[in-house]
Amino acid sequence: MIAPAVAWSMIAPIVIVLGAGVVSVLVEAFVPAKARRIVQLMLAVTAIAGAGIWAMVLAVSRAGTGESAFAGHLLIDPLALFVQVAVAASALVAVFVIADRTADGEDAFTPQAAAAPGSAAEDKARAAGLVQTEVFPLVLFATGGMLAFPAAGDLLTMFVALEVVSLPLYLLTGLARRRRLLSQEASFKYFILGAFASAFFLFGTAWVYGAAGTVNFTDLIYEVTGGDPRLDPLLYAGLAMVVVGLAFKVGAAPFHMWTPDVYQGAPTPVTGFMAACTKIAAFGALVRIVYTVVAPLQWDIGPALWTVTILTMIVGTTVALTQTDVVRMLAYSAIAHAGFVLTGVVSFSSLGISGALFYLFTYGLTTVGAFGVVTLVRARDAQGNIGGEARTLERWRGLGRTSPVLASAMTLFVLAFAGIPLTGGFVGKFAVFAAAFGADAAPLAIVGIACSAVAAFAYVRLIVAMFFAEPTELSAVGVKTEGLTGVAIAISAIATVVLGVWPTPVLDFADKAALLLP
Amino acid sequence: MTPYIVLSAVLFVIGATTVLVRRGAIVAFMGIELMLNAANLAFVAFARQNGDLNGQVIAFFVMVVAAAEVVVGLAIIVSLFRARRTVSVDDENLLRH
Repeated sequence: MIAPAVAWSMIAPIVIVLGAGVVSVLVEAFVPAKARRIVQLMLAVTAIAGAGIWAMVLAVSRAGTGESAFAGHLLIDPLALFVQVAVAASALVAVFVIADRTADGEDAFTPQAAAAPGSAAEDKARAAGLVQTEVFPLVLFATGGMLAFPAAGDLLTMFVALEVVSLPLYLLTGLARRRRLLSQEASFKYFILGAFASAFFLFGTAWVYGAAGTVNFTDLIYEVTGGDPRLDPLLYAGLAMVVVGLAFKVGAAPFHMWTPDVYQGAPTPVTGFMAACTKIAAFGALVRIVYTVVAPLQWDIGPALWTVTILTMIVGTTVALTQTDVVRMLAYSAIAHAGFVLTGVVSFSSLGISGALFYLFTYGLTTVGAFGVVTLVRARDAQGNIGGEARTLERWRGLGRTSPVLASAMTLFVLAFAGIPLTGGFVGKFAVFAAAFGADAAPLAIVGIACSAVAAFAYVRLIVAMFFAEPTELSAVGVKTEGLTGVAIAISAIATVVLGVWPTPVLDFADKAALLLP
Repeated sequence: MTPYIVLSAVLFVIGATTVLVRRGAIVAFMGIELMLNAANLAFVAFARQNGDLNGQVIAFFVMVVAAAEVVVGLAIIVSLFRARRTVSVDDENLLRH
């Protein structure tokens, strides 16, 4: 038996980040507590930036060609490389938000996750100034999984990558500093529902394997196009279950139930990380499956995908309108955005892929910035002490007066979510809806445009509260931090504007990425 | 091989029903394990039917992943229990709006 050749330079981004995750665990064990946080932060930033740059260099130097890097288990093609660059960019900005602390050294995470909420042990941990720096290895492992997810060359690799993404996220969700019961509950819900969806993915894989005799995408395409798939309900049912598992991860209706609860309960920096990066990576995987294996069956499976897309847009938009909690509003808007991206994916054209990829790139950066702002907007008690995040819309009243910079940044981000011209969100929406019109999916584009218009009300409500309402004594204030979140918000804001004014380079990059290997 | 495949489907449905219906966190968690192992049985049965070893290898991968999932899941359930002294899913209702 000959060992398979491994193209190390092609899988370097994945290896770098997962390797840094392992080193990061060792740092927890051997570096003294005082230096730990800064070492972890440096390691995470270097690894993620390095992986992103490496993926970008690969994408440019190999210009439109791909390679199977690990005996067909990993496909490093332009699609995978684009998604890796997008994930690394958003993850890098998200790490800044995750690492930030307020001026008196409080980060967003509980000092000791093992101590029960409200117990003496917790008070002791807080008084001792413990820091849960295990957050960084968890983020690195999740990011490593996200880099491997869209590059998977068979369903087994995809399942393993899915779990490598999910398991650290379940834990990160439960680590909030404040409202810990809520956070633990969100973690548990995410775990049960996430594992349920993974089990569906896996059982679907088993049936696909039974029907086709392989789980490798390249071989599956021959099976799907070569034989008569109409005769094989096992294959259909298996593929449907696989797609359901992925639809759960991207938060598409009717598999979106976990999104608002988990977004609300998780520490906000983690929410930003998973809202942006998980969505990008999971859509990368979904595009791979839909365009390789499902595409030959598009006349049979298409109607179901259309239903999911329309339902996702409508549910996300309408429910976002009624939310009074800023994070829940952003969560439902994330569901609606999943619907908009699906519009591009379901149009079954290369324009649809590149539109969806551009949309994800800009959406990811904007989302990290928006959640970054939420981490800084804090409640204030009667004595003027600054507490936890103020998330109700009521408390955001008058933020434009008290913290004009934060309010302006948030305005920019929600305008991008609404798809106002001169923001990246507009170009993204234009790209996916144009692709849908061009590919006989006009009904999807029309529903999408209607939903964008309706969703704008939810965002305008927030802008009105911030700028056209007087601050009350309950109103939130911007908190001073060590500045990393500020850097993250600035990067996101610049990216949102640049992608809206001068989107050509990234659009070109996305166009070239609409090329799948098998 | 069909009986094994039918059995795996039955186990999967039992597991899924357990997750959706039962109230105890641990029991719901057992339901998920049952679903994963039903998939394993299906993989092995199909491997035999297809005369192909890949399905058996996949089952090993799934076992490793399931073990990792148990570690994470039990950690979350134990921390919930320490905070509330109960693991009934009905009591987890802070997030209901």
